[in-house]
Amino acid sequence: MQTLIDNFGLIWDGFLATLTVAAIAGAFALVWGAVLAAFRVSPVGPLRTFGTLYVEIVRNTPLTLMFFFLIFVIPSFGIVFPELGLWPSAVALGLYTSSFVCESLRSGINSVGLGQAEAARSIGFTFSQTLGNIVLPQAWRTAIPPLISVLIALTKNTSVAAGFAYTELTATSQKLINAFPADGLFTFFGIGLFYLAITVPLGILAGQIEKRVVFAR
Amino acid sequence: MSTSSVLYDAPGPRAKRLDKILNVTFSAVFLGAIALGIYAANSRGVFDDRWSVLWSPPKGQTAADVWYSLLVRGLGATLLAAAIAAPIALILGGFLAIVRRGLTSRVLASSATVLTELFRGLPVLLLMFLAKLVFGWSFLASVVFGLVIYNLAVVAEILRAGLAALPSGQREAGLSIGLSTMRTTLSIELPQAIRIMLPALISQIVVLLKDTSIGYIIGYEELLRTIKLNHAYFGDRFLLPLFLAGATIYILINISVSRLATYIERRLRERGSGQPPLPMELGPEGPIPQSGIGGPARTEGAHAGDPLFGHRQHLEGESARATPTKKKHGGDAPE
Repeated sequence: MQTLIDNFGLIWDGFLATLTVAAIAGAFALVWGAVLAAFRVSPVGPLRTFGTLYVEIVRNTPLTLMFFFLIFVIPSFGIVFPELGLWPSAVALGLYTSSFVCESLRSGINSVGLGQAEAARSIGFTFSQTLGNIVLPQAWRTAIPPLISVLIALTKNTSVAAGFAYTELTATSQKLINAFPADGLFTFFGIGLFYLAITVPLGILAGQIEKRVVFAR
Repeated sequence: MSTSSVLYDAPGPRAKRLDKILNVTFSAVFLGAIALGIYAANSRGVFDDRWSVLWSPPKGQTAADVWYSLLVRGLGATLLAAAIAAPIALILGGFLAIVRRGLTSRVLASSATVLTELFRGLPVLLLMFLAKLVFGWSFLASVVFGLVIYNLAVVAEILRAGLAALPSGQREAGLSIGLSTMRTTLSIELPQAIRIMLPALISQIVVLLKDTSIGYIIGYEELLRTIKLNHAYFGDRFLLPLFLAGATIYILINISVSRLATYIERRLRERGSGQPPLPMELGPEGPIPQSGIGGPARTEGAHAGDPLFGHRQHLEGESARATPTKKKHGGDAPE
């Protein structure tokens, strides 16, 4: 217990580091994932192929492999991150999470009734008008709960960055447990609370939205 | 095709031309990007003799040594951890879901809920560190511990969703014939919930398989770690081929398990998982004038046109919608 109180500054820094990388990666993943989802439903064949390939490969690659790729393998192509830590971690998490964002959005699009798209087409809307004015506004509502689950998973996945030279919550816990082994269990629960402080409210929010969407239909 | 084709019209001559232009443009862009990548890689000497590490490696090693370390030691350890963790997570997760659904005791049921939420909200790596650093367990035990704790919570949550998705009549029927809540959950609800949630459960196995690679960070010698060890032994130049070999192994295994999930999902849908079997025709053959007051006229058979048991009519009605010529036949089936 004393370890937690004495090192609260360290833990707080770790918490902020976790939040920072989650926020950057989350924003990146939402944008890139939306682009990928648009690719996957677009009428242009090559774009669809690209979207499908990207999602299939990235979704089936472990996150650790993605980190490993960006940090150890990419340099053989001449691309080196100026420093380890925040940016490589954010990029790895963003690239990985975007495939899940794409799939949630796509399932949201699929959940919109066929009649909606048919109605839009029958009054002469083009592809982009149908998607932008009719389908996407409805798809968002269904997609928000799974998107929040994706963001929760992202928050927990930031812990993998601990293995790749980014000092966030999990790396802090490792340091503290190694330094004060007798207090290990307390440190674990203390750090765990910080994670739960992010994930539990998000989960409750997702549940609330899900209920409202169900009634709206 | 799926709904995506509904989003745009069947192309006319102008749209076809536009399509062709867009197709060519984007194909050119992608091919250009790939060519640029290959050129950049080539100018950095990526395509030299480093790939030979996969068939005739330097430093007096044989290809068999390299592949033995990758496939038997590395992949073996990855699969071993997954093979131990997956059944335990499934059993414990199922147990937790049963406790939440089948017990009338509020205290036990809600503590199971709290446990699920708690385990689901913690990172796998943190759990592995707990086992490794605090409990001082072996690498394999720590990896399995982290995987089991997280995945049992997710399995419990998947099964809970499956149980909640069942029609409430199933539970009511079980209770009304005098089964206890636990008996109802075990022998009526759970088999159906597992059936409809099978695809989600298999997808979760893929997640578990992927998460074994987190063991790399705590030092478990799985596939990624053996790649790193080979890299350390052969030198920096040989990392790229080794990594690509490892990544391909991971992706192939995961895609094939994912395919299995999709296949089962499609099979469940096609075999009509939601449809109850057709009822036997118990009544007299031949037309019966009226099914009830204000009900639709029967066309044939005892259950024909029956709003509750007229499944055959209902099914025909559905196929009739797909092929409008048959419309007259099953058109009066209640929707």
